[in-house]
Amino acid sequence: MPTSLPAPAISTPAVRDTVNIRRRIRRAFRQIRTETVFKQALVISGLLLVILVLGILLTLITQSVPSIRLLGFRFIWGSTWNPVKDVYGAFPFLLGTLLTSFLALLISIPFSMAIAIFLGDYYPTGWFASLLKNAVELIAAVPSVIYGFWGLAVLVPMVRGLEVRLGMQQPLGVGIFSASLILSIMIIPYAASLGRSMIQMVPGHLKEAAYGLGATRWEMIRHVVLPYTRSGLFAGILLSLGRALGETMAVTMIIGNSSILPKNLFAPGNTMASVIANEFTEADKTVYLSALIELGLALFLVTVVINIIGKKIIDRLTND
Amino acid sequence: MAVDNVRYRIGKSKGFRALTFVFAIACMVPLTAILFFIIRAGITRINWHFLVNIPRPVGEKGGGIANALVGSVIIIALASVIAIPIGILAGIYLSENRTGRLAYWCRLAVDILQGIPSIVIGIIAYFWLVKPLGGFSALSGSAALAIMMLPVIVRSTEETLKMLPPSLKEAAFALGMPFHRVVLKVILPVGISGILSGIMLSIARITGETAPLLFTAFGNPYLTADITAPMQSLPLLIFNYATSPYNDWHDLAWGASMILLLWVLFLNIFTKLISAKWKVQL
Amino acid sequence: MESTIIKSRKFNASFGANHVVKNVNIDVPRNNVIAVMGPSGCGKTTFLRCINRMHELIPGAVCNGTITINDEDIYTMHPIFVRLKIGMVFQRPNPFPNLSIYDNVIAGYKLNGIKLAKAEKDRIVETSLKRVALWEEVKDSLLKKGTFLSGGQQQRLCIARAVAMEPEVLLFDEPTSALDPISTATVEDLFHELKANYTLIIVTHNMQQAARVSDKTAFFYMGELVEYDQTKTIFTNPKDDRTQNYITGRFS
Repeated sequence: MPTSLPAPAISTPAVRDTVNIRRRIRRAFRQIRTETVFKQALVISGLLLVILVLGILLTLITQSVPSIRLLGFRFIWGSTWNPVKDVYGAFPFLLGTLLTSFLALLISIPFSMAIAIFLGDYYPTGWFASLLKNAVELIAAVPSVIYGFWGLAVLVPMVRGLEVRLGMQQPLGVGIFSASLILSIMIIPYAASLGRSMIQMVPGHLKEAAYGLGATRWEMIRHVVLPYTRSGLFAGILLSLGRALGETMAVTMIIGNSSILPKNLFAPGNTMASVIANEFTEADKTVYLSALIELGLALFLVTVVINIIGKKIIDRLTND
Repeated sequence: MAVDNVRYRIGKSKGFRALTFVFAIACMVPLTAILFFIIRAGITRINWHFLVNIPRPVGEKGGGIANALVGSVIIIALASVIAIPIGILAGIYLSENRTGRLAYWCRLAVDILQGIPSIVIGIIAYFWLVKPLGGFSALSGSAALAIMMLPVIVRSTEETLKMLPPSLKEAAFALGMPFHRVVLKVILPVGISGILSGIMLSIARITGETAPLLFTAFGNPYLTADITAPMQSLPLLIFNYATSPYNDWHDLAWGASMILLLWVLFLNIFTKLISAKWKVQL
Repeated sequence: MESTIIKSRKFNASFGANHVVKNVNIDVPRNNVIAVMGPSGCGKTTFLRCINRMHELIPGAVCNGTITINDEDIYTMHPIFVRLKIGMVFQRPNPFPNLSIYDNVIAGYKLNGIKLAKAEKDRIVETSLKRVALWEEVKDSLLKKGTFLSGGQQQRLCIARAVAMEPEVLLFDEPTSALDPISTATVEDLFHELKANYTLIIVTHNMQQAARVSDKTAFFYMGELVEYDQTKTIFTNPKDDRTQNYITGRFS
């Protein structure tokens, strides 16, 4: 490669040409080097993401090891959580997570399906459709701490009133039921948006075939649209479920934060996420902290699996 | 063929239509309820003092959320600085490599990152930054939020660039431009609207996040700009003060909630308008 | 039984302000094959879709005038009844993708909420598939989904589905334009057999097809029914200049 030679003493057109050519060659090599560096930067950033995820998994596992080694399976089955006495049974939190998430899913499904069908078939266009669509997306945009605060101020007193009417002994208002209610509102947009786009994709000629055979609109939706979009709607529900499982703040503020196994749906409880949020900074023992991390690991694995399955279904459907 | 139940079927069809309508509209109820309630609760408590003062100790009247406002801005800005370059570069990488082993695992990583609960990311930032550095800091909080921003930025960059016509790149290469110039001077400028929309969306998303900051930025009753020290942020303040037993702090939380809600809604609506105007597909 | 099954009088149809079918008067004799031909945009498909009241499904669609079946005005009946008497086969074969061949044939019954005994269902499926000459080809794979069938077989499946409802009239909207020549031939062969039991009205883009399969032909141009006569007459001795020009290929 030409290095800088001293400038020639004489300046003629021929000499100037040589200098220019040398400059161009130097610049070309510089550009090739920059290009290579840039390409490497791209690869590094791609690699960085993979390493990031691997690192997250690794950290979670290594930090859970003390707890796994010490507690083993008692962790999952034990229904007493008493860190002071070094008893770590996480079953109340598993139960709390399952109860709140599935109850929230159950409550939200009719609403998200209604939105999906309404915007996907009955009113796909128009000003009202845009309004509803944006409103649904805004539901997902509201920060969860605000849901929690509003839930505390508005929803919890309402539930307390309900509990009094039902004649319950300890009408707290906070509890699994309230947490499920607020959660059900928060997860509506996920199944609704995906469901809507799936339903909009149903080919018009299939709908025509149904009408041509004498079907009413609802019969067409029930027998043609819904079966056709079955997998897509399922994927949307999975996404809503994944969101419910990982939700922390609103649930923490409304669920009552009790580590005792909940006796009924109105009892206070805890979810895996809420107990981490509450007790992480107070965990003074290694095993205590490690047990919480083990909960985090479980949460990580479950939500990741559910989300990936949902995404894979969507990819398969949109690439057909 | 006699079909006796046609009237019943038509009634059923109309009935389900009405039912669907009712259930769909019902979803707007909680949204409007929250909006009205928060705005009404917050608007009486907001004034200039509120915005420029820091919280007073319990029992003293007055006080404000200046520390949270400044803290939020700093933490979000820092998170953006960390996440945006990496995110865009990774997005470019993925759009340039449709197939290939690293690209496949990278996409999977992005999908996984998008689904990780925010509290778990807080845990990670704790072990990666808080423990080694010996204490809570805004930096660790920003790092956690940056991890949450990454999937959104990578995805939107990749999708935007994938939609550009290949003839654009081909023309640039044919002119003898090196790869980095093609990307930086030709492709990125054309796709900038989509990339910016993705960035705004990711910022809107992390503005309201609390869980990752619980044990990273941790919160601070004082106004500070030191990123190696704990810092307050708006959602953290709301969480801490709303769950406290003091009415004064509840007042602060209401005011803060209104500001946070309006801020997040504004960001989201703004992003939507810009995307619509630039006709971006996110 | 009167020999004219479908009559239209002063029939007009529009999409909003766009008047696409103008003052059509036509008598369709029973058990005949009627071909409806004309250049693109002449209103033939729109008119066809009015006969089984599919036109009104499009927002902004209007029509006036009368169409009667067996002297009964179709606009006094509920559309469901109209469509049970007048079946339709569409341009693109559209069997329901998540139903088996068996379920596709009796899909009309399920959609209308009509419950049948299994023996009855079997009988209908077999009869309908035999009527479209598909029975031998699929009788061993009735429970498989219909997507593995060829285009021509899928279209015949759709005809079987329409036929299973025992309509009196079958409407065909360019039924072979999406099919290859061999499939087209098998479908065209069906028309002759089907007319024993049904009246067929076939909209086609293909003049030669109209000449091959139909007893009478209607020629539409710019929304008007220009000429309607025995097929032989239309193609050898048309009375209107526009018909003559279309047949000789002046425009298509």
